[in-house]
Amino acid sequence: MAEFAKTGPSKPVVEAIRVDKVTPGYRLVNNVRALIVILLAVVGLIPVFVMIMTAFKTRPDAISVPPKLIFTPSLEGLVFLLTERSAASPARLEQLRQAAEGEQLSLFDRIALNTGQEITGPSDYVFRLRNSLIIAGLSTIASVVLAVFSAYAFSRYNVKGKGDLLFFILSTRMLPAVVVTVPLFLMYTQLKLHDTHLGMIILYTVFNLSLAVWLMKGFFDEIPREYEEAALVDGYTRMQAFFKIVLPQAVTGIAATTVFCLIFAWNEYAFALMLTSEKARTAPPSIATMLGIGGIEWTAIAAGSLGFLIPVVIVTFALRNYLLRGVTFGAVRK
Amino acid sequence: MAKIELQKVEKKFGELHAVKPMDLTINDGEFVVLLGPSGCGKTTTLRMISGLETVTGGKILLDGRDVTWLHPSERDIAFVFQFYALYPHISARDNIAFPLRAQGESRHAVEQRVKEVSALLRIEHLLDQRPGKLSGGDQQRIALARALVRKPAAFLMDEPLGALDADLRETMRAEIKRLHIDQHATTVYVTHDQIEAMAMGDRIVVMSEALVQQIGPPAEVYYDPANLFVAKFIGSPGMNLVSAVYQDGVARIPGTENRCRVPAEWQPAVQSALQGEPEIILGFRPEAAHLEPSGELSGEVYATELQGAYAVLHVNVNTSEIVHIRTDRLIDYAIGETVRFSIDPKMVRFFNPKTELAISRQRSS
Repeated sequence: MAEFAKTGPSKPVVEAIRVDKVTPGYRLVNNVRALIVILLAVVGLIPVFVMIMTAFKTRPDAISVPPKLIFTPSLEGLVFLLTERSAASPARLEQLRQAAEGEQLSLFDRIALNTGQEITGPSDYVFRLRNSLIIAGLSTIASVVLAVFSAYAFSRYNVKGKGDLLFFILSTRMLPAVVVTVPLFLMYTQLKLHDTHLGMIILYTVFNLSLAVWLMKGFFDEIPREYEEAALVDGYTRMQAFFKIVLPQAVTGIAATTVFCLIFAWNEYAFALMLTSEKARTAPPSIATMLGIGGIEWTAIAAGSLGFLIPVVIVTFALRNYLLRGVTFGAVRK
Repeated sequence: MAKIELQKVEKKFGELHAVKPMDLTINDGEFVVLLGPSGCGKTTTLRMISGLETVTGGKILLDGRDVTWLHPSERDIAFVFQFYALYPHISARDNIAFPLRAQGESRHAVEQRVKEVSALLRIEHLLDQRPGKLSGGDQQRIALARALVRKPAAFLMDEPLGALDADLRETMRAEIKRLHIDQHATTVYVTHDQIEAMAMGDRIVVMSEALVQQIGPPAEVYYDPANLFVAKFIGSPGMNLVSAVYQDGVARIPGTENRCRVPAEWQPAVQSALQGEPEIILGFRPEAAHLEPSGELSGEVYATELQGAYAVLHVNVNTSEIVHIRTDRLIDYAIGETVRFSIDPKMVRFFNPKTELAISRQRSS
């Protein structure tokens, strides 16, 4: 350490940094810290890796002990996930094998055949994933659009009882979902909203609105009023100024809000479990119920979870720059 | 171009006056500066003229047309903001064209106007850049172009140079002044910088604590301040104000031997204004005092400041009152040294300490 003060660092320092941050001691501590963070991240990601691997294993590989790290990838899990199958009789099996040799069977049929089964139709999962897409997508759009307008009003106008209203909006988020599911269930059955897409969209929109309004208000507060005022004296109406000037600058906030709303609506489990049964059931509760039916299909569950993960990962990844700014907003100087 | 009239215009926030009722007529083509410390109501006044702020009383006329309750977009007024308020998501060219698009001008006409205005402000090379990429001076030039492009009835500028560096501020000051001379546009300009106000204004409106203190051309505001506030606020350093006692044509500084003859033309006015009370405030600018061995006033040097071309001497004329005297930069004065000075009788002013108002003399000419 004393040596360092005389000789300086062994390598030239190219980044702008304080002197005390290039001493060997500090560097060492920093490296250890980084290592710990990486280790924690790896530990945290192990379940995800296991899930991805399991999704591409065959059934014997998936349940083998010790778990196989190296295996031949297979689409068995995917086939199990997406189809209904039944065990075929020996005669039928022989018939199918011949068809397979003659290249008359599709990929899915052949994979099913390897496990001694025959595909009888698509599984529920496909419909449920579609339900998830419809419900999460529409409720996200609805909550973001509503939030943009109300947050703008809260940010710019002297709304009567503004503080109370904002608190009331936030308070809808304070109750845990389990507490309100029972009354909601009763209301929904009365209103015939139980197990409907509309019912779920309304519910998720209401739940997301509190977060979305507060988030968007923060973003609008950050946009200086001068921009709108400039547009007003330049000959535009309030509405035109909003669409031409304010909205383009709020894109970051809108993107961040969209991701947060989408993640909530997509992942929501408790309401979906209680308030849907057949028609409008979304993916999260259906993956969980797969555990129950006729032995545990680990490969199918893993494939289902993976398929469920992908849309959110894509959206989040596409909007990641906005998201970072959204999470740190207020802390970053304009 | 237009004439702006404010009639008893006021702004209250609850019980608090942001602007007390004020009357002001700004003539066609005039450059009027609203000057005052922060929080004095000058920006609020400007915003009321633009329509961005509603009035709580009074009337605003634009060329005789009552615009008090018109939407900002219907007033035909351009506003230049301190922090430019250029739309960050569109190019400089689109920023300048933005007001014209609101009027539904043809594409060709818009292009033509943008070209003219950017040639006038010499910003043609910046047109394709986003505002965020430009320097403060260039951003303000584009903001000026956006204001000019529409040929509005009047320009309102809210401390447009406040966010710029000192040397750039001087350049831009000259540019805006030049622009005003070329365009001959009615302009209302808000600033807290009295040097800017003196340099640019045809007339200055000095405001303090929501109230108009004085309206007049720069020279008048400087040489004949209406009250103690204006005397202190204008000039750097401001006017020297010394409490004195008046008796028989002589103002005496209490507790000292210092006496100052009150010029004969002032005596009747002072006499009548004081109404028998002896207290008076003597005012003179730093450049109105001349150090000379035969001077009638004396004081002790408290500090000296070299200002470049001249020096400012801080002189203690009695135990607590320090006056500033402008001196030759080449002569050194030791701290604690006693100096004598006299005041140019043409430049001396008197104030009534009770009312804080200037005593006005009978004009002899």
